[in-house]
Amino acid sequence: MDVKEKLKISRQKMPEQDPSVRAKNFMEVPLGFSTKTAQLEAQRCLNCKIPKCKEGCPVYVKIPEFLKLIVEGDFAAAARKIKETNALPAVCGRVCPQESQCEATCILGKKGDPVAIGRLERFVADYERENNLIKIPKKQPAKNKKVAVVGSGPSGLTVAGDLIKLGYDVTIFEALHKPGGVLIYGIPEFRLPKAIVEAEVDYLVKQGVKLKLNKVIGASRTVEDLFKRDGFDAVFLGVGAGLPRFMNIEGENLSNVYSANEYLTRINLMKAYLYPEHYTPIALGRNVTVVGGGNVTMDSARCALRTGAQKVTIVYRRAREQMPARGEEIHHAEEEGIILKLLNNPVELIGDEKGAVKKMRCIKMKLGEPDESGRKRPVPIEGSEFTLNTDLVIMGIGAGANPLLTSTMPDLELNKWGYIVADENGRTSMEGIWAGGDIVTGSATVIQAMGAGKQAAKAIDSYIKSGK
Amino acid sequence: MYEIISKTEVVPNIYELIIKAPEIAEKAKPGQFVILMIDEAGERLPFTLSDWDAKKGAITIYFLEVGLSTMTLARLDKKNISAVIGPLGKPVSAEKFGTIVLGGGCYGIGGIYPIVKALKEAGNTVITIIEARSSYLLYNKEKLRKYSDRFIVTTGDGTKGEKGKVHDVVKIMIKRKEKINRAYFIGCTFMMMNCFNETKNHDITTFVALSPIMVDGTGMCGCCRCLVDGETKFACVDGPIFEAKDIDWDILFKRNAAYSQQEAMIYQFHSCESREV
Repeated sequence: MDVKEKLKISRQKMPEQDPSVRAKNFMEVPLGFSTKTAQLEAQRCLNCKIPKCKEGCPVYVKIPEFLKLIVEGDFAAAARKIKETNALPAVCGRVCPQESQCEATCILGKKGDPVAIGRLERFVADYERENNLIKIPKKQPAKNKKVAVVGSGPSGLTVAGDLIKLGYDVTIFEALHKPGGVLIYGIPEFRLPKAIVEAEVDYLVKQGVKLKLNKVIGASRTVEDLFKRDGFDAVFLGVGAGLPRFMNIEGENLSNVYSANEYLTRINLMKAYLYPEHYTPIALGRNVTVVGGGNVTMDSARCALRTGAQKVTIVYRRAREQMPARGEEIHHAEEEGIILKLLNNPVELIGDEKGAVKKMRCIKMKLGEPDESGRKRPVPIEGSEFTLNTDLVIMGIGAGANPLLTSTMPDLELNKWGYIVADENGRTSMEGIWAGGDIVTGSATVIQAMGAGKQAAKAIDSYIKSGK
Repeated sequence: MYEIISKTEVVPNIYELIIKAPEIAEKAKPGQFVILMIDEAGERLPFTLSDWDAKKGAITIYFLEVGLSTMTLARLDKKNISAVIGPLGKPVSAEKFGTIVLGGGCYGIGGIYPIVKALKEAGNTVITIIEARSSYLLYNKEKLRKYSDRFIVTTGDGTKGEKGKVHDVVKIMIKRKEKINRAYFIGCTFMMMNCFNETKNHDITTFVALSPIMVDGTGMCGCCRCLVDGETKFACVDGPIFEAKDIDWDILFKRNAAYSQQEAMIYQFHSCESREV
């Protein structure tokens, strides 16, 4: 097919559950490509001599190569091509912000729509899994060197996946009772089905990665124990930024005020929406207000809708252009009927006699000069306060560094916010200890954490080989 | 899976659970807690570590049957539970402070024991006071007596020891101008608040072990937040033991009751169901 013909094919749409239906269930929203649609979409790739898409990917997925295999109809081979550099394609195909990474640099995007790389990644990973075509890749011979990975989120899984292939003896320690970190407790079922996370973890376990659940490093074992008692040669810390932030406004400790972390954990990890079959309860708000503008805010708002809320409002202090959430997530939320109240900021929460939240006082904001993040700073408009009725409030304003582990490591250098100081390869101030993901960068994306894991895995390999 | 070594109803409605958890038994310190899950569908339940034996690799907790989860745990007939996580929270510092009053009620009669023991071993004069509604609800007496310089039992109906509660004894001690340098109380929130109300104006540094609702127990969710000295603190990582003078009791009571309606309803529903079977 020549370029002219390729350019005639328009970007293929992925079918989705109808908004009015999906707002009442937890099933996945986009339904996936058919083989035919996938092949048509993959044909759009121009096979650039210097593929810009690869440069946009933090883990350098071999994009033109896997697209070519789709065109040829060898979908399982395409999945394996991706897996050469990315251990979690079914996850990344769903939650990566492709529009600001690989698809942003796709040459087709200059004049029209870029190739739907993310959707194709999802397609081949699903195809391989659903047709039982997953093959355990060959490992290098055993090196008899042990690496401990603390945390089973995206960075930890990537480190484990890369090092097991190189012949290391890898053990993951996870504090919660299920592996996956934010992929399990944070991202909801309708955006990332948990069965997919389980399959990706299972793929690592089948390769020989040992998984120890319910192990809080810093509590039942220290990092020092890992070296001295358990004989690990290197340790990777990928514990995430698990410390929810609050606004420190009046009334924030009322009942039915949740951090997004708590709300999402109750729903995703503890399956509170299935109460009482699952024993963890959750407050069912009718008129829910979510504060924030990121993906976590969108996830919380959409979960609230799915647990029966009649009205869900997002209150965000900046304008739409500054929202950190993916465009697709904002679009999905609005389609489902979630109301965006932009340029508003809560100043107080008011409760009833039982201590449950009933009202939120907000102040209107306007945009001022850009701040250190480069975004226009929101400034309160004096005298513009008003009151909203609400019976459940979720604070989705971000997370800080959880000190549980780092407080047990006095020699580990932290920055002023409590995040671990690490170089571009994840090397920390302590010998044999690497770190990556949100505990280094603060809240970021799944793929950025995976990119950090990739770098760290490389560096750990060369450290163990050379002692440097 | 974690093996249940024994489960005993020590007094009506209060259970002692001994679980095999060698790593926790080795690292446990007084004042810490564990999170326990009965099975995959279970809640993550926090319990005060009430004893441990590093040699046997065993830990002991006490719990009161109050809701669906504790009812299930109390009636559990299998030999394993799916998760035990810990030891979590900040331990108490076991230094020599002088004369210390330690009060326990309900599950706190079990929970106060490690602190009694540690403070006695640190060379303090230890006065232990426990409370129950009636004599048949008292337990753990011999263990506590062993590490106490004075051991005082109170019952609400006067069937054993002093008639009254822990805070009544504390009140009398203060009235008699007995020297008390520190106090620790573990029990229900109301009991701890009552005890603190007696000590607060008498220059006695008083600590209480808070038991707010938790989910992960590692600082990740913020469910257990309390207002302490005007600041939001997480009981799971900043506590669970705080200085009583700093605590906003009103918020604590209200947040603890957040799910009481749902839980009461479900408890009824499940109780009926299990009776039919």
